[in-house]
Amino acid sequence: MTLWFVFALMTVAAIFAVLWPLSRSSSAKGGGSETAVYKDQLAEIDRDVAAGLIGVAEAEAARVEIGRRLLAAAEGERDLPSGANLGLRRASAILALIGLPIAAVTFYLSLGSPRLGDFPLASRVRTADANQPIENMVAQVEAHLEKNPTDGRGWTVLAPVLARLGRFDDAVRAYRNAINYAGDSAERRSDLGEVLAGAAGGVVTAEAKAEFERAVAQNADEPKANYFLGLAAEQDGRQADAAAIWQGMLAKAPADAPWRPLLQSALARVGAPAAPAVSGDAMAAAKDMNEDDRNAMIRGMVDRLATRLKQNGDDVEGWLRLVRAYMVMGERDKAVSTLTEARQAVGSDAERLRQLNDGLKKLGLDG
Amino acid sequence: MIAEAGHYALVLALALALIQSTVPIAGARWGDHALMNVARSTALAQLLFVGASFTALTMLHVVSDFSVVNVFENSHSAKPLLYKITGVWGNHEGSMLLWVLILALFGGLVAAFGNNLPLSLRAHVLAVQGWIAGAFYLFILVTSNPFQRIASPPIEGRDLNPVLQDIGLAVHPPMLYLGYVGFSISFSFAVAALIEGRIDAAWARWVRPWTLMAWIFLTLGIAMGSYWAYYELGWGGWWFWDPVENASLMPWLAGTALLHSAVVMEKRNALKVWTILLSILTFSLSLLGTFLVRSGVLTSVHAFATDPARGVFILLILCLFIGGSLSLYAWRASTLKQGGLFAPISREGALVLNNLFLTSACATVFIGTLYPLALEVLTGDKISVGAPFFNLTFGPLFVPLLLAVPFGPLLAWKRGDLFGAAQRLTAAGVVGLVAIAVLFAWTHGGATLAPLAIGLAVFVIAGAITDLAERIGLFRVPFTSAIARARGLPRATWGTVFAHAGMGVALIGIVCETTWNSEYIGTMKPNDVATVAGYQLKLDEITQRQGPNFREMIAQFTVRDGETLQVMTPSKRNFTTRGSSTTEAALLTRGASQLYISLGDTNADGAIAVRIYHKPLVLLIWWGPVLMAFGGLLSLSDRRLRVGAPKPAKAARALQPAE
Repeated sequence: MTLWFVFALMTVAAIFAVLWPLSRSSSAKGGGSETAVYKDQLAEIDRDVAAGLIGVAEAEAARVEIGRRLLAAAEGERDLPSGANLGLRRASAILALIGLPIAAVTFYLSLGSPRLGDFPLASRVRTADANQPIENMVAQVEAHLEKNPTDGRGWTVLAPVLARLGRFDDAVRAYRNAINYAGDSAERRSDLGEVLAGAAGGVVTAEAKAEFERAVAQNADEPKANYFLGLAAEQDGRQADAAAIWQGMLAKAPADAPWRPLLQSALARVGAPAAPAVSGDAMAAAKDMNEDDRNAMIRGMVDRLATRLKQNGDDVEGWLRLVRAYMVMGERDKAVSTLTEARQAVGSDAERLRQLNDGLKKLGLDG
Repeated sequence: MIAEAGHYALVLALALALIQSTVPIAGARWGDHALMNVARSTALAQLLFVGASFTALTMLHVVSDFSVVNVFENSHSAKPLLYKITGVWGNHEGSMLLWVLILALFGGLVAAFGNNLPLSLRAHVLAVQGWIAGAFYLFILVTSNPFQRIASPPIEGRDLNPVLQDIGLAVHPPMLYLGYVGFSISFSFAVAALIEGRIDAAWARWVRPWTLMAWIFLTLGIAMGSYWAYYELGWGGWWFWDPVENASLMPWLAGTALLHSAVVMEKRNALKVWTILLSILTFSLSLLGTFLVRSGVLTSVHAFATDPARGVFILLILCLFIGGSLSLYAWRASTLKQGGLFAPISREGALVLNNLFLTSACATVFIGTLYPLALEVLTGDKISVGAPFFNLTFGPLFVPLLLAVPFGPLLAWKRGDLFGAAQRLTAAGVVGLVAIAVLFAWTHGGATLAPLAIGLAVFVIAGAITDLAERIGLFRVPFTSAIARARGLPRATWGTVFAHAGMGVALIGIVCETTWNSEYIGTMKPNDVATVAGYQLKLDEITQRQGPNFREMIAQFTVRDGETLQVMTPSKRNFTTRGSSTTEAALLTRGASQLYISLGDTNADGAIAVRIYHKPLVLLIWWGPVLMAFGGLLSLSDRRLRVGAPKPAKAARALQPAE
């Protein structure tokens, strides 16, 4: 927008430059005169005579010559034609007002790239978010690692960038090097598994699964490894196993884990309810029940949760689950009253209150 | 946004140039003052927009915005700030932008300070400027756009040609362009006079200062370029009769002739038609220079990139303007009134002689430069017309010219007394002969002609001083009154003295350098000693250093002359981005003479190729032109003959004529 504003300002300035003299009355005198020059020349001859640069007789002849020209010039000045030509002025004004902007903009649009912003080097190095510069920097880092292949930190930095750029094979090599030179860890193993899966087009291959299992062996709660193990189960057609793994993760997960929505959508995909969390046995039992029984079972679970929360109100996640359950069951009044209760129970702790409000907003209840 | 705003400003400048080239002419045709005044405001606005465009490009270079092709191809983020700025015109597109900026600057100057010009003359002059500007804006925008963008910008640029990474680039091109483009003003005045069909002494008085200004800049620009080539290229040569150099020399010769013929026209109202023709020719030669350098016809450090489309476009501009103006001349010249009679032996006659020699010299350079090109185009044969041709043609033309130089200012206007002038020059002649005799006795070796040439140079200098002495009556009147007279002398007279003496000074330098140059070329290892012209140069050590965007190998020499001790450090720089290297010669100045060391390649055994020259009085070659330019400046500052302006306070600074 700013650019077009600047263009408009410049255009206006250009038009003004043409219109301004047209708008002024033509009273101004017609510039300098020739007579002044000839008068100067006459004076100059006197000086030259004094300096001996011209003979006296020649000076006299020159004076006559200049005098003749002076008279002619003085006469010529008097009969100079002058006058306003309104038609031409109007034509020029229209040329400036319409022709100039149209010509300039048309010409510019066929040559310029108005949508391209500035790319001063300093700001590009700082933000480094554009696509091309990253590839250039990657090339620099790769060149560096070519010379120093044991720089584990370099590999650690480079690997995720390669993965994001979609260069999975290179990323696999980078993660393997990172594990070799910067040390083994659950995160690195699961990252390696992820790019292996990425290289296989999203399929969790046996090789990738082995990496995830190694990660889980080091840290049973490693979320990425667990998620991908669930995915592996799903891809193997073991939906229940997948759901069990993911639900187990959800149960253990902190409230603000960024991967919660991912798990919930994954659970929805395999047909398991994301919340309230129920054990695999309860689910299996629920499958065989008829509609009423199932509702009764759910209601029982919700009541148990409500009772538990009345005794111990610190569990923000529990409160949210309860509110959500009421909403799902269509009991909005109860949901609102639970909300008030939750507020009272949590009220003493600012951090929890914030979590609660955030969660409520997500549920569509005004916090 | 900066890039696009700069781009749009250039487009607006084109639009304004088109209006400037049409509306004022219509105004002058129908006598409408307001329409004629459009020329003025559009010229100023054009200057504003081109200035903005140039500033934008400079900013893009400074912040290394590689989304602009021009910056990407010619800049590097590690380059020192000075070279980032000078790099703006160190390439084809940027230098053309500088060209039009200077054109707009001169147009703006005429618009701002031309208050005392007759209105219709000013309108015509600015309209012609508008034509030239319009053609070149179109050329830039269509074939060499400096604001072209890359959608996905690379992270690093390709760097500027290392040879150009020098302070010389900050001075030489702007100076030269101020000269080249400055002649566009006299061209516009000439064409305007032809269109109006009217020319008078007043016209010459207005043209003189512009020509003089352009001439000063061109003189300094050529001298600077020559000095730059001398110290940067590593061969110690200062003039190669290279077509690119000749391209700048031709407008200089024609411009010098124009300067002198304009004197006659202004003072005596004679030589009108000839002066008009010279104005047209001078600027045509400037355009020809632009064509030769920018079209890719020639391969040199000046031809940045070759693109056939550009060559054809400039050739079209060239044909249009030269052909058009010469046709106009053929058609209208006969309507111009002749005036001012003079005898053959007179100041006028001397200036005609000067014009004859200068234009003939210009013609020989023209033939020597263009003949090989034409031959190559027609037959495919490559021939090289080098120094021998020019020495044999240019030299003999300049000897009589220089012999005549001291006589000119001593002759009176209208009818002069050659014998009287010769008598007054006796002393100068004697000084010249003594110089020749002394040189024959003292020196041995070298060309026989050298002492004669130096004698001629001394005669020119002594002649200039004689002219001065005659005017202030030195030795005829008491010394104090002579001093008083010297003070009262018009500055233009002083200008003539300095400019003519500068010719002599430069000639001495040229002759000494070419005749008594001594050199040592060989390989040296640390602690080796070379002896050149009585100086012992010991190579102490060779070290390596890392510069901002280059690696440098520095050799350190200790120079001994008896017991005096000096250290010289020539070096060789290696620029990794372009994969090329430059030699940085080391210069040791002793008076006007110089000791010059430049490095060659390193051998496997650690020895280094070294070229050492002793160049006696070499600096005079450039002091001469500086003196000439100083003389021009004095002449330009002479306010005595200012065109009678209505309000003295507002008198145009640029409009003082010179003698």
